[in-house]
Amino acid sequence: MDAIQLIYLVPLLPLIGCLINGLGRNALSKSLVGIIGSGVVLISFCISFLVFIAATKEGFTTQNIQYFDFIHVGKLQIPFEFQIDQLTSLFLLIITGVGFIIHVYSVGYMKDETQSGFGRYFSYLNLFVFSMLILVMGGNYVMMYIGWEGVGLCSYLLIGFWFKDHANNDAGKKAFIMNRIGDVGFLLAVFWLISAFGTTSYNELYNPQNGIITSFTAINSPGIVGITLLLFVGAIGKSAQIPLYTWLPDAMAGPTPVSALIHAATMVTAGIYMIARSNILYSLAPVTLAGVATIGLITAIVAAIIALKQNDIKKVLAYSTVSQLGYMFLGLGVGAYSAAVFHVMTHAFFKALLFLGAGSVIHAMGGEQDMTKMGGLGKKMKITYVTFFIATLAIAGIPPFSGFFSKDEILSATYAESPLMYVLGVGGALLTAFYMFRLLAMTFKGKFRGTEEQEHHLHESPPTMTIPLIILAILAAVAGFIGLPDVFVKNGNKLADFLSPVFAHSQQILTAREVPHQTDMMLIIISSVLIIIVSIRAFMKFKNYSPVAASDNGFVKAIKNKFYVDEAYDVLFVKPYRSVSAFLNNVFDKKGIDAIVNGVGKSVNYGSRQLRLLQSGQVGSYLLLMVIGLLILFIIQLFTK
Amino acid sequence: MEIKWYIFLSLTLFCIGIIGALTRRNSIIVFMCIELMLNSVNLLLVAFSKMHMATPNAFNYSIASSAQIFVFFIMIVAAAEVSVGLAIIVMLYRNTRSIDINFLNRLKN
Amino acid sequence: MLGTYFTFPELLIWIPFITGLIAIFIKNNKSVKMFALLSSIATLAVSVISLCYSDVAHHHEFFYYNNVSYVWMPYIGSSFSVGLDGMGFLLTFLTAFSYPLIFAATYKTDHKNPNAFFALMLLTQAGIMGVFVATDALLFYFFWELALIPIYFLCSKWGGEKRIFATFKFFVYTFLGSLLMLVGIIYVYVHTPSVSADSAHSFSLNAFYNAILSPHQQDWLFWLFFIAFAVKIPIFPFHTWQPDVYEQSNYPSVMVLSGLMVKMGAFGVIRWILPIFPLAVAKFDNLVMVFCIIGLLYASCIALYQNDLKRFVAWSSIAHLGLMSAAIFAANNLSLQGVMLEMLNHGINILALWIIVDIIEKKTGVRKISELSGLAAKSPALAIFLVIIAFANIALPLSNSFISEFLMLNGLFQFNIWFAVFGTLGIVVSAVYMLSMVQKTFYGKTNGLVEKAQKMSAGQGIVLFVLVIAILFLGIYPEPVIHLTQSTVTDILGRIPLK
Repeated sequence: MDAIQLIYLVPLLPLIGCLINGLGRNALSKSLVGIIGSGVVLISFCISFLVFIAATKEGFTTQNIQYFDFIHVGKLQIPFEFQIDQLTSLFLLIITGVGFIIHVYSVGYMKDETQSGFGRYFSYLNLFVFSMLILVMGGNYVMMYIGWEGVGLCSYLLIGFWFKDHANNDAGKKAFIMNRIGDVGFLLAVFWLISAFGTTSYNELYNPQNGIITSFTAINSPGIVGITLLLFVGAIGKSAQIPLYTWLPDAMAGPTPVSALIHAATMVTAGIYMIARSNILYSLAPVTLAGVATIGLITAIVAAIIALKQNDIKKVLAYSTVSQLGYMFLGLGVGAYSAAVFHVMTHAFFKALLFLGAGSVIHAMGGEQDMTKMGGLGKKMKITYVTFFIATLAIAGIPPFSGFFSKDEILSATYAESPLMYVLGVGGALLTAFYMFRLLAMTFKGKFRGTEEQEHHLHESPPTMTIPLIILAILAAVAGFIGLPDVFVKNGNKLADFLSPVFAHSQQILTAREVPHQTDMMLIIISSVLIIIVSIRAFMKFKNYSPVAASDNGFVKAIKNKFYVDEAYDVLFVKPYRSVSAFLNNVFDKKGIDAIVNGVGKSVNYGSRQLRLLQSGQVGSYLLLMVIGLLILFIIQLFTK
Repeated sequence: MEIKWYIFLSLTLFCIGIIGALTRRNSIIVFMCIELMLNSVNLLLVAFSKMHMATPNAFNYSIASSAQIFVFFIMIVAAAEVSVGLAIIVMLYRNTRSIDINFLNRLKN
Repeated sequence: MLGTYFTFPELLIWIPFITGLIAIFIKNNKSVKMFALLSSIATLAVSVISLCYSDVAHHHEFFYYNNVSYVWMPYIGSSFSVGLDGMGFLLTFLTAFSYPLIFAATYKTDHKNPNAFFALMLLTQAGIMGVFVATDALLFYFFWELALIPIYFLCSKWGGEKRIFATFKFFVYTFLGSLLMLVGIIYVYVHTPSVSADSAHSFSLNAFYNAILSPHQQDWLFWLFFIAFAVKIPIFPFHTWQPDVYEQSNYPSVMVLSGLMVKMGAFGVIRWILPIFPLAVAKFDNLVMVFCIIGLLYASCIALYQNDLKRFVAWSSIAHLGLMSAAIFAANNLSLQGVMLEMLNHGINILALWIIVDIIEKKTGVRKISELSGLAAKSPALAIFLVIIAFANIALPLSNSFISEFLMLNGLFQFNIWFAVFGTLGIVVSAVYMLSMVQKTFYGKTNGLVEKAQKMSAGQGIVLFVLVIAILFLGIYPEPVIHLTQSTVTDILGRIPLK
C-alpha cells in the first residue's frame, strides 16, 4: 500500500514542474526545461506503475484518500479527495506513460522555439498532465469537474500556443467555448446530484456495500435519466461528439505533440472516463444509454466520411479521432464499458503514434501539412514510415494489431444489442481503413510532390522523436493481447477481468446478451477480410497519387467542406449572437433604458426652467405672492372646518 | 372690553400694513408697514393674554404668560431686524442713491 | 490590547475618518500619498487583528471587542451602535484589504489637488466601513450617505471629459434611491417596539427585526428599500449609470465604486431586506430574480460588443452582480453562502481587472480594444496575470469565483431549475466575451502603439501578485471564509420563516 500513500505526488509533481518551467522560463536552459518537464512526468509514471501493480494484486479494494474540506456548507460536504480503483490506475498509466513519451518527443519537436516559448510550452504541458490526473483521480464529481475545466484551459492555451496568429487563437477560443457548453450540462448534473442525493462522492454513490445509487433498482427514473443525459452533454463537449465536435479539427492549430497528447490520447477520452465512472448510474437509465450509442454511432460514421476527403494530414487524423471516440461511446452505449476503456487504451497508443508520426513528417516538410504536396517520404524517413504503418494497421483493425481486438470487442457487443448497429459500425470501420490507407499511401508512397527545397531538406527526425515513435509502435502492435476475446482464448480478456470490480454492479443490472461463439467467430472473420480488402484497395489507389483537377459532384463537395457544419453554426449561433449584442447595446440600452432615465432628468430640468420665471426679483411681487398664499390658507381654513 | 374690539383693531392695523407694504415703493415706508404688521400681532397676543387671565386656572396662566413672553421675543427680534434692515437700506442708498424697492430686483439671476 | 480601549468597528471607522481629515492639510503630493497608504495599512492591520477575534461562537468574550453602543439621540431611539458579525468581518476586511492595494497600484499616478483627493478617498472608506458595521438604521443611513458624497466629488473632480454628466446621473440616481429608503426606514421605525424608556420606538437593528408589519405594508416597504439597493448593486434595469461613471472616472474611484460600493447594495439586501420583510421577499422573489437573470444575460451580451476596456469591465461586473443578486433572493443556505464568497471574490477580481486596465492605459495611452493588439509578446508578465484573472472571472475551478458561482448556482438550482439553467448559460457567455477581450488585446501581432509600451512598475506587479495569490488561495481553500460567514447566513435564514 506504500504506493497509495504517495499518490498525491502523482499530480503534484507535474504541477511543480509547471511552476518551475513557467516561472523560470527565461532563466533555465532549454535542455534543463526539457529534463524537468519530462522528468516529473516520468516520476509520476513510476508511482502510477506501482499503484497499478498494487491494484492488480489480489484483495485490492478501492482506496479513498481525503485531504481537506474543499467546500463545506451546511449539509453539503465536498472534500478534496482522491479515489483509486482499477479504472483510475489504468488511466493513470495511460496518461503518465503516453504523456511522458510525448514530453520527450516534444523536446525534439519544439527545439526551434525561443527559450521562453520552450519554457512556456512545457509549463502548459505539465499543467495539462496535472489537470488530467486530477480529473481521473478525483473522488467526486466536483473534483472531476476541476480537472475537466483544467484540461479545457490547457487545451485553450496550447491550441493558441503560437498566439501571434489569430487563426490559432480563434481555434483555442472555439475549443474552450464549445467545451463550456458541454460543461453547463456537467455542472447542472452535479447540482441535480446534490439536490437529489446530497453528495457527489463516488464512494457514497457507488460503494458496492451501501452506495446510494447501488441500492437503487428503479430503471429509467426521471431523475437518473436527467442526470445521465446532462452528464452526457458534458461528455459530448469534451469528447467532440455530434453536435459539438467541430472544435476538435480546428484544435489541430496547436503544436503536433499537443494534438497527440490532448486531442487524441487523453483529454478527449475524458468523456468516456466519465461515463465509465458513472456506469451504475447509466445502467439504471437505458434510455440514456441508447442515446449514447446512437450519438456515438452517428459520429463515428459522419466523421469517417468527412475524413475521406480531407487533404490536411492532421485534419484527417482529427476526424479519425472523432470517429474513434464515436466507437467508444457506441461501446459504452451498448453496455460494454470495459471494451470502451480497452479501446481508449489502444487508441491512446496508436493515435498518439499517428500524430507523432505526422509531426515527424511535418517537421521534415518544414511545416507543410497538405498531403497533396507530399509523397514518397517512406524512402527518406524509414523509422517514421514503419511506425506509421504499424499504427495504420492498428487503427484499421487488422489482426493481430491492437485496434483489432478493442474494436472487435465493441462491435461484438453491439451485435448483441442490435445487428443493424453492428452493420453500420462495420461500415464505419471500413471507412476508417480506407481513409487511413489513403493517408499512408499519399504521404509515404509515390513521387515527391513538394518543392525542391523541401525535397533537399527532407531528413529523418532526431532520436528524441524517433525513440518515442518506436516505443509507441511496439505498444500499438502488442497492446491488444491483454484483451483477447473468449473466442480465441478462454478467459483471455485480462483487461476485462482487471476492470470487472468497477463494472460488476452494472453487469448485474444490464442482462448481458451473449453472442454464440460460432457467430462471433464468423463475424470476426468476415469483418477482418472486408477490412483487409478495403485497405489494399485504398493503398493501391493512392499509391501513385497525382493531383488532378476533377470537378466534384455535390456530395463530394459537401464532404470536402465538412458538410458545412461550421458555416451553419456561424449562421445559426454566432451571427445572431453578435447582432443581438449590437442591438441591445446600441438600441435597447442607449435608446431605451438610458433614454428613459435621462428623460426623467431632462423633464425635471425643463420644469424647473419654466418655474424659474416666477422668480422675478421684484420684492413687491414676492410680497404679493406671500399675501395671496396667506389668503389661500385662510380660505382653506374657513371652508374645511 | 370684549375681545372682538381688540381683534378688529389689530386686523385693521395688519391690513394697513399689508396694503402699505404692497403699494408703496419707498423702502423705508415698506419697512415701517412690516413693523406695523408685527406690532398688530403683538397687540393681539397681549389682548388674548389678558383674556385668558380673566378666567384663572393653571392652564390659562401658562398660556397667558407664554403669550407675553412671545411678545417680548417678537419685539427683540424686531429691534434686531430693524437695525439690520436699516443698515441694508443705508448701504443701498449709498450705492444706488435711491431707496425705491423696484431698483432692488438685483436678486434676480 | 486593541479591543479593550476601542472596539474594532470603531477603529475601522475612525482611523480612515480622522486620517482623512488630517490628509486635507498635507499639501505635498508625495507625503499625502504615503500618508494615505500608511493609514490604509493601519486599517488593514486592525481588520486582520479583528479577524482573530471573530470566533464569537466559541469565545463569548470576543463579543465585547466587536460590538459597542453609545448614546447618540436617545429621544428618538437612535444610538451610535456598531458591531461586527460574520458578514461584517468579511466586508470590512475586503474594504481594508482593497484600499492599500488601490493606493499602491496607483501610486505612480499624480492627481490634481492630491490632498483633497486622498482625503475624500479616506472619508469614503470611513463611510463604507460604517455601512458594514452599523447596527442602527439611522446610523446606517448616515454612513450610507457619508460614503456617497465623497465619491461623488471624487468622480466629478478627477476624470474624463464627460464626468460631470455621468457623475450627476449617478448621484441623482443613488440619492433618489436613498431618499426612498429613508422614507422606508422612518415608516418601519414608527412600527418598532420600544427598547428603552427614553423613546417610544427604536432605530436599532433588533427593533427593526421585531417590527410589526402587515403583509401589505411589507409589500411597498420592500420596494422602497429594494430600489435603493438595486441602484447601488446595480440590478437591471437600474444599471445605466454604471458604465458611464466607470468610463469617465479616475481609476482609484472606480475601484472603490465597483469593488466596494456595489457590495453595500448586496449587503443592504441581505441585512435590511431579507430579515425585515420576509413576506414581501417570498412574494416578489421570482419577479426580482427574473430581472437579475435577464440582467446577467443582457450584460453578458452587451459586454461582447464593447470597445472601451472600462465599459467592458463595467458590463462584465453587471453580469456577475446579476447572478449574485439572483442568488441573494434564492435565499437558501448554499446560495447565501455563495453570495458571501462572491462578495469577496468579485471585489478581488474586479480590482485586479481594473488594475490591469489601468496598466494598459498607462502603457499605451489607449483603452480601445480595437487599437490594441499583441500585448502578450511585449509584456508576458502582464499577460500571465491577465489570463489568470480572466479565467478567475469566468469561474474556472481552483480560482476563487468557481466556488462562489458553484454555490450560488447550486442554490438557484434548488430554488428553481430554470434560473440555474440560465445562470449557467451566463458562464458560457462570460467565457465568450472574456476570451474575446483577451484575444484582441493580448494576442496577435504587436502593433506600433503597443510596441512603444513601457514595463509595468514593481508596485503594480506586487499588487497583482498579491491578488493572484488571493484568487488561488480562495479557490483552493475557501473554508475559512465559509466558516466566518456561516453564522450570519444561519442567522438571516432563521429570520425568514417561510423558506
